[in-house]
Amino acid sequence: MTEQSPVDLDRAEKLQGLGCRRKRVEDARFTQGKGNYVDDMKLKGMLFGDFVRSPYAHARVKSIDAEAAKALPGVVAVLTADDLRPLNLHWMPTLAGDKQMVLADGKVLYQGQEVAFVIAENRYIAADAVDLVEVEYEALPVVTDPFKALADDAPVLREDIADQKEGAHGPRRHPNHIFTWEQGDKAATEAVLAGAEVVAEEMIYYHRTHPCPLETCGCVASMDKVNGKLTLWGTFQAPHAVRTVASLISGIAEHNIRVVSPDIGGGFGNKVGVYPGYICAVVASIVTGVPVKWVEDRMDNLMTTAFARDYWMQGKIAATKDGRITGLWCHVTADHGGFDACADPTKFPAGFFNICTGSYDIPTAWLAVDGVYTNKAPGGVAYRCSFRVTEASYFIERMVDILAIKLGMDPVELRLKNFIRKDQFPYQSALGWEYDSGDYHTAMEKALAAVDYAGLRREQAERLDAFKRGETRKLIGIGVSFFTEIVGAGPVKNCDILGLGMFDSCEIRIHPTGSAIARLGTISQGQGHATTFAQILASEIGIPADAITVEEGDTDTAPYGLGTYGSRSTPVAGAATAMAGRKIRAKAQMIAAYLLEVHDDDIEWDIDRFVVKGAPERFKTMTEIAFAAYNQAIPGLEPGLEAVSYYDPPNMTYPFGAYVCVMEIDVDTGETEIRRFYALDDCGTRINPMIIEGQVHGGLTEALAIAMGQEIAYDENGNVMTATLMDFFMPTAVETPTWETDHTVTPSPHHPIGAKGVGESPNVGGVSAFSNAVNDAFRPFGLTHAQMPHDHWRIWRTAQQLGLHG
Amino acid sequence: MDKLHVKLQVNGKPVEALVEPRLLLIHFLREELGLTGPHIGCETSHCGACTVDIGGRSVKSCTVFTAQANGAEITTIEGIEGADGGLHALQEMFREHHGLQCGFCTPGMITRAWRLLEENPDPSEAEIRQGMAGNLCRCTGYQNIVKAIRAAADARQAQQEAAE
Repeated sequence: MTEQSPVDLDRAEKLQGLGCRRKRVEDARFTQGKGNYVDDMKLKGMLFGDFVRSPYAHARVKSIDAEAAKALPGVVAVLTADDLRPLNLHWMPTLAGDKQMVLADGKVLYQGQEVAFVIAENRYIAADAVDLVEVEYEALPVVTDPFKALADDAPVLREDIADQKEGAHGPRRHPNHIFTWEQGDKAATEAVLAGAEVVAEEMIYYHRTHPCPLETCGCVASMDKVNGKLTLWGTFQAPHAVRTVASLISGIAEHNIRVVSPDIGGGFGNKVGVYPGYICAVVASIVTGVPVKWVEDRMDNLMTTAFARDYWMQGKIAATKDGRITGLWCHVTADHGGFDACADPTKFPAGFFNICTGSYDIPTAWLAVDGVYTNKAPGGVAYRCSFRVTEASYFIERMVDILAIKLGMDPVELRLKNFIRKDQFPYQSALGWEYDSGDYHTAMEKALAAVDYAGLRREQAERLDAFKRGETRKLIGIGVSFFTEIVGAGPVKNCDILGLGMFDSCEIRIHPTGSAIARLGTISQGQGHATTFAQILASEIGIPADAITVEEGDTDTAPYGLGTYGSRSTPVAGAATAMAGRKIRAKAQMIAAYLLEVHDDDIEWDIDRFVVKGAPERFKTMTEIAFAAYNQAIPGLEPGLEAVSYYDPPNMTYPFGAYVCVMEIDVDTGETEIRRFYALDDCGTRINPMIIEGQVHGGLTEALAIAMGQEIAYDENGNVMTATLMDFFMPTAVETPTWETDHTVTPSPHHPIGAKGVGESPNVGGVSAFSNAVNDAFRPFGLTHAQMPHDHWRIWRTAQQLGLHG
Repeated sequence: MDKLHVKLQVNGKPVEALVEPRLLLIHFLREELGLTGPHIGCETSHCGACTVDIGGRSVKSCTVFTAQANGAEITTIEGIEGADGGLHALQEMFREHHGLQCGFCTPGMITRAWRLLEENPDPSEAEIRQGMAGNLCRCTGYQNIVKAIRAAADARQAQQEAAE
């Protein structure tokens, strides 16, 4: 590689391309209160919709009397399932191949379920009218425990499919059973377990929680009866898929539907699915002929729109006496709630949970997941993670710690002994994945050195001695996690949602004066796409990032794509952006060669221009080339300079990282303090380090919340116990520690710029680090595993059960 | 119920309106006055997305009736600007230090931080964290928000020293 002159470096810097800490272009409007979120919309004559919701978790709906509500001045209509039935919209398909009631059709299956939709002149009248709708319920027995749901005498929840022996993902063995998904070799794994020197076993529960973005879900539907066109603005993480689904279920031709995602106030998976509110708003707009807005309140959001996790993971891990892992066995009982509305690629009903062999070279493994209906809200989305990857990562990272206890080994030593080695990549895992690249030992060792791991262990031992001598009531827990993510869904050959291949796209137009617009099939919800995708392009096509507009979210203008979730934007749409940029550059090369009167092969790309090989003083800049594309008749070339790329990734990407959490635990109060948290992430090529660090900070804070207290809890009657932010834990600036970030760079070999995606890694790696720290603190007292969330009460109870309160 | 007559100052401008007694201030600001900077995140005064400044105090406008604000001076994010009419130091520093991602909490955050710096022009990190505890952010983990507020405090001090 030739050294760049200062002039060249200056040219490169001006582009603000890959690797620079470019400030965000989104911020000017957000900091001045000029964002445009869906609830900010106000259209002429717009009505407001609100739901009558079930107070019962399981009940028959005997009758609905909406007369009093309809008589209230300002109420325009009240919709029930009977009104939607003639349109065949009283049920809707879910992303998981199941169907879900839009409005209660004879019964309700969870508290908060949508029963009737009131349409009124404003939200106050709508709320009044909701109170006036009289619904007669007959309460039915409630099942909130997925194990009890599979008992022979369990009440049948889904009477509509009670007799169906075959579901969307194979045979069903019980009316409340949804699917069994099996991976790996059961017989071989059980043989390994039977012959193993050491086996550790545990039931690990990853509790139900909720993505809870600060902006709730909502939409505005507007049916223009004159031109027959439906416009739907909403909080959609996948606007194009919403358009296709809307067309398929409404019968409105797809070209007559325009879906727009305006600014989105955080998604974290909550805004991937299709909710009854969207359907009802559309129907209401068709019925009334005016725009109709529906926006959830926080209770609606926590109680009814997509939850996350709720996996009971039974694990067995086999090893030799000296700590070489020989096999992994896992059975998951997955609580899906009343409908199977998981947002997973079609062929993966438990997402990518089969990444649960983690970062370790485990030769033999078996996994089965049983999906179960209960009287809880539907969902099962990937809350800031790729599909079921935090569950998988939590499972293996706890199992390895539990095995370390059994072996009497340090958990880090056990990890180092079993990591997939750098020379084993691309690595075929026992459960079917091909890991693209990794250097786990280097990352782990860098992390250990950064935190002085040996020193921490010494300090912990000293503290333990002091505790035993009665000099302190605080213990130190050291939680280490090493995660491997699987993101960037995904290759069309095995990844689709409702038959839509999970490619993504970018379309670029270069303007005559050398600036550009790029449109993508993804949609930012805070990730800063308008900033980072312009950086990718700047490096590819030599136009400064500041001269590139990035647009997403309008299905009338953006190319088709599957949206933003599962850390797929950079791996898939980012790749499409680079590839479209390369198409631009290929044509630019022909234009430049013509202008320079040389053969195409006699010029080469240099930062922002093509130069004649061996004659660097002869060149054409991208700006000059852009203008020529529009004003010169170049033989054999069409005018203009545009490109589009639909990128079908050849593989997933596999970001990884090493996290270390140092926690102080007060044995008497159960209070915890994160004294130090070090996060090393390897997301391949780094596009914008500032944004990466921001993503890591945010993801770790969400992980902190989940591990330390955030849950959607139900009582035995199916009442949601955590339906407001009073009860649902969201850390403030006070509980949140300062995060230390670090990195290594192991590019993805198959991604055009080597990037892997990072937004969700900190949640995936973070939860296990916190949980391992709590468990680690109590290890000397015989604790093997305490279930999350580790709130003060549960930690206090653990200490109590271990006899630490004297 | 009869509507109530309210007169108040919003971002320095007099506003007069007839409102339903139950109309929440956040809805009055957003839907009647078109000031959509303050957002609704929880309706229970936990999240702070709706924070506005009423008479020198940071207030969550989702739990205040418009009628209760009668006669008050209200500042929303739309009324926050620098001395020269450009961006306020907080707005600049939130961008400079990546103190926002999805932007939904940002107007409330900045409005609260604006009052915090009036109350305490030289806050420590702990004072900033405590002072901002009524405003939730789901994206940033607060670290860069704290940095941005501290940097804005420094910028304001530098400006004042330059002016003296």
